[in-house]
Amino acid sequence: MKSNLHMYVMAVPLLTAFMVNICGLYNRKVIAPMVLGALGLSSLLAVIVLNRTLTLGSLSYTVGAWTPPGGIELLVDPLSALMLLLISAVAFIATFAALPCVKRDLEDRQHIFFTLYLILIAGLMGLVLTADAFNLYVMLEITSITTYGLIALGRGRAPLSSFNYIIMGSVAASFYLLGVGYLYLLTGTLNMAHIATYLPALQGSAALATALAFILVGLWIKMAFFPLHGWLPRAYSDAPDGAGVLIAPLMTKVTVYLMIRLMFTFQSPEFQLVNMDIHNLIVWVAAIGIICASSLALAQRNLKLMLTYIIIAEVGYMVGGAWLANEQGMIGTILHIVNDALMTLCLFLAAVAIAYRTGSLQFESLKGLYRRMPWTMAAFTIGAFAMIGVPPTAGFFSKWYLLLGGIESGQWIYVIALIFSSLVNAILFFRIIEFAYFQKAEDEPAHPQGLRMEAPMMILVPLLLSATALILIGLGTGPLVENLISLTIPSGFFG
Amino acid sequence: MQVLPSIFPLLAVLVSLLAAVPIMLCGRQPNLREAWTIFAAICKVLIVVSMLPVVLEGGSYIFTLVEVVPGVPIALKVDAMGMVFALIASVLWLFTSIYSIGYMRALEEHSQTRYFASFAVAIASTIGVAFSANLLTLYLFYEMLSLSTYPLVTHEQTPEARASGRKYLTYILGTSIALVLPAMLITYTLAGTLDFTAGGILAGKASGSTLALLLVLFLFGFAKAGIMPFHGWLPAAMVAPTPVSSFLHGVAVVKAGVFSVLRIIFDIFGSDLLVQADIGWIVTTVASVTLLTASLVALTQDSLKRRLAYSTIGQLSYMVLGAGMISAVGMAGGIMHIAMHAFGKITLFFCAGAIYVASHKKYISQMDGLGRQMPITFFAFLIGSLSIIGLPPLGGFISKWNLVIGAVEGGQLVLLVVLLVSSLLNAAYFLPIVYRAFFAEPLEPAVQGIKEAPVLCLLPICATALCSFLLFFFHDVFLRLAQLAVAP
Repeated sequence: MKSNLHMYVMAVPLLTAFMVNICGLYNRKVIAPMVLGALGLSSLLAVIVLNRTLTLGSLSYTVGAWTPPGGIELLVDPLSALMLLLISAVAFIATFAALPCVKRDLEDRQHIFFTLYLILIAGLMGLVLTADAFNLYVMLEITSITTYGLIALGRGRAPLSSFNYIIMGSVAASFYLLGVGYLYLLTGTLNMAHIATYLPALQGSAALATALAFILVGLWIKMAFFPLHGWLPRAYSDAPDGAGVLIAPLMTKVTVYLMIRLMFTFQSPEFQLVNMDIHNLIVWVAAIGIICASSLALAQRNLKLMLTYIIIAEVGYMVGGAWLANEQGMIGTILHIVNDALMTLCLFLAAVAIAYRTGSLQFESLKGLYRRMPWTMAAFTIGAFAMIGVPPTAGFFSKWYLLLGGIESGQWIYVIALIFSSLVNAILFFRIIEFAYFQKAEDEPAHPQGLRMEAPMMILVPLLLSATALILIGLGTGPLVENLISLTIPSGFFG
Repeated sequence: MQVLPSIFPLLAVLVSLLAAVPIMLCGRQPNLREAWTIFAAICKVLIVVSMLPVVLEGGSYIFTLVEVVPGVPIALKVDAMGMVFALIASVLWLFTSIYSIGYMRALEEHSQTRYFASFAVAIASTIGVAFSANLLTLYLFYEMLSLSTYPLVTHEQTPEARASGRKYLTYILGTSIALVLPAMLITYTLAGTLDFTAGGILAGKASGSTLALLLVLFLFGFAKAGIMPFHGWLPAAMVAPTPVSSFLHGVAVVKAGVFSVLRIIFDIFGSDLLVQADIGWIVTTVASVTLLTASLVALTQDSLKRRLAYSTIGQLSYMVLGAGMISAVGMAGGIMHIAMHAFGKITLFFCAGAIYVASHKKYISQMDGLGRQMPITFFAFLIGSLSIIGLPPLGGFISKWNLVIGAVEGGQLVLLVVLLVSSLLNAAYFLPIVYRAFFAEPLEPAVQGIKEAPVLCLLPICATALCSFLLFFFHDVFLRLAQLAVAP
């Protein structure tokens, strides 16, 4: 069906970005209402779009009325509508916390920060919406370049971390672009659905295999799939707090979505994307990646760095789950995209709240936090339980589906890796809980009332909201999977 | 057989969970705060008891909260076996609450609000375990129980308490994630459901070796049952205040472990399947080894609470042993031992706490002649020990008698020997304590006259000791429930 509503979800932050840049230059006070208003409106529209795709099926919009395959098509189906909602909602919530942080860290550059911030969000939405392989590359570059800029605004060695990311990100983009170039040579089109129609005839062609390999490797670098993860920890932990809460929950997850999107579009009963051996190989690499990333997380002495290694392990969860080649694994992966985004949001918000008050996230500076910031730490604890996978938090149920998929397809190494990572997460988080709960800070005043230093409401409320969402979504897993996630998998995808 | 949809099972769980909120809010008014605890405890007993008549007639109550995974809702079900556990847990929570007030105030403990709030959450999880209708719900409450008792174990906040807390979580959380979770998912993959069904859900669904593997995973995975070699957390957890040790590590937590194991054996595997696939010997062997080893270790412990802890490890295996028996009488004996041991062991722990409050003594070697100073406490201690050894006229005799009959009926004479030897060992590690307290010469000049613990500590001791005695005569309720659980 033709519709243009989903285009507006993306257009709102994009247009606001330019307005923020101009208006913010003259009056800083208008930035907050403009950004929040735009993202609130986007979230609202995303809800409507999701609702419409569920009743009407996928909706298509051709940019400038140039018809595909020549023109660019923006396509939204239940899966992309879900991602659209996830992006806009997470961005909306994260912005509340980003505002006070940016105000403090980047006093006179707020308008620049939020211009990049909004373009990044629009880029992420574009990635989700586009049905054109080359346009996808453009969107990928838009999100990358804005992210480089945002990270470089951080303090200390942030520019270096950003530069590191630029190198790796450019390599990734080149890989992807090369792959798309091959595909174009082979099929003469760039529209993904159109490409898919040519693929069965090309089965077994070495050029096609190379194209797909290039595309996959490009995406894997972008999502920091082990062992291509080297750039991520420093880039994410050196980013300014306001950018971290947006980038960490969304970037890797959207890239995982892109991988799934390509699988859904290209694979058909007539055409198998890769053969079974490669399937197994990817799951093995994912399992090893989970184990290694979890082990590396154990070595960190800084909360944010530790969280970044957990993100890398979680990418392994999702890549492995997607290639398990069964429905449970795929449901688990898509569910985990949603859950992991929220868990990461919750924990990064908590980290931001702590950093806002104590100025440091080294484990030593977390001492006595349960008494100083009880609400923040309560939310942090829920986020930690979700990462460990304690029911009824959301993290348990996506892990449930992933493990079920692993058992069903007999990928025991993946099952073991998932359980290993849960155990490591338990150690990681209880180590922090112990620090914050038992140790007394050196400069602690004697009277308990004198030491309360809870985070400002702008950070605390979104934090508590995301923690509550983790439990509610966990309890709502049944309806969520039945009415939404199982509909996002194309019928007949698993035979 | 009646199956009644009802909100009562949910209320039974929620009443103490919600009570945690006013308890936390009333942190500055201790009397009001404790009033909430007692109020919730009384409500809980009443709600549980109100469901007893229907359950005794073979009926059950169900409540479904939400379906989280296809075919597996978060749901509660009150049946005979759950009732046994819920009944003792709720009644003993009431006693423990009263005792806690006496104990914590006498010792002027810190962070009492946190203590009472965690306690309320822990008991809510315990009832949740008892009333779970399927394995997923049980797992949920089992984890909740592990996490809510962590602040209680580490209550003292000393380096020792921290180390114990770490050990506690490593054992309990570690085994449940590493062993139970995969076992549960494999079961779900094989059977397509996780509902507790009389007669089991795995019959005909898996090969013998898969069944054996699952059984081992479950048996060791529920480490709260204290089956060796996953028992180390229990002696370590004795660092907690004594009311915690007595209720949680004498009754609620450990029995949640045993209860989970029994649920697995009766309602996931089904006792027929154990015989059919010839895997029951795994259960009885593991239980027998734990039972004898723990009793032997208990002999060597000088710290009273640690001796009680090892005694608990041994007694828990009695219950598991019963479940692995071939005969229905033996199984009923195992279930009844949950109740009988609970009353006996909580009395003993209460006594240990009372001794500490009154004389600050923790070690058995210091307790010579202490009985003259604390006659009531040590008399109650005697009653509790005799009940656990299994002598008439005390409750412990009933369950052990059934276990012995079961061993004979099933022709498992080795088990008979194990049971008898263990009873002798029980006597050997308990009776000298009482003997020394009453008849040995005090090491230091004794305090003249009687110096007992505060009355709020003493009352629950007398009450639970009396219950142990009365249960010898009035055990019909538990016997009926146990029989219903074994053969509905």
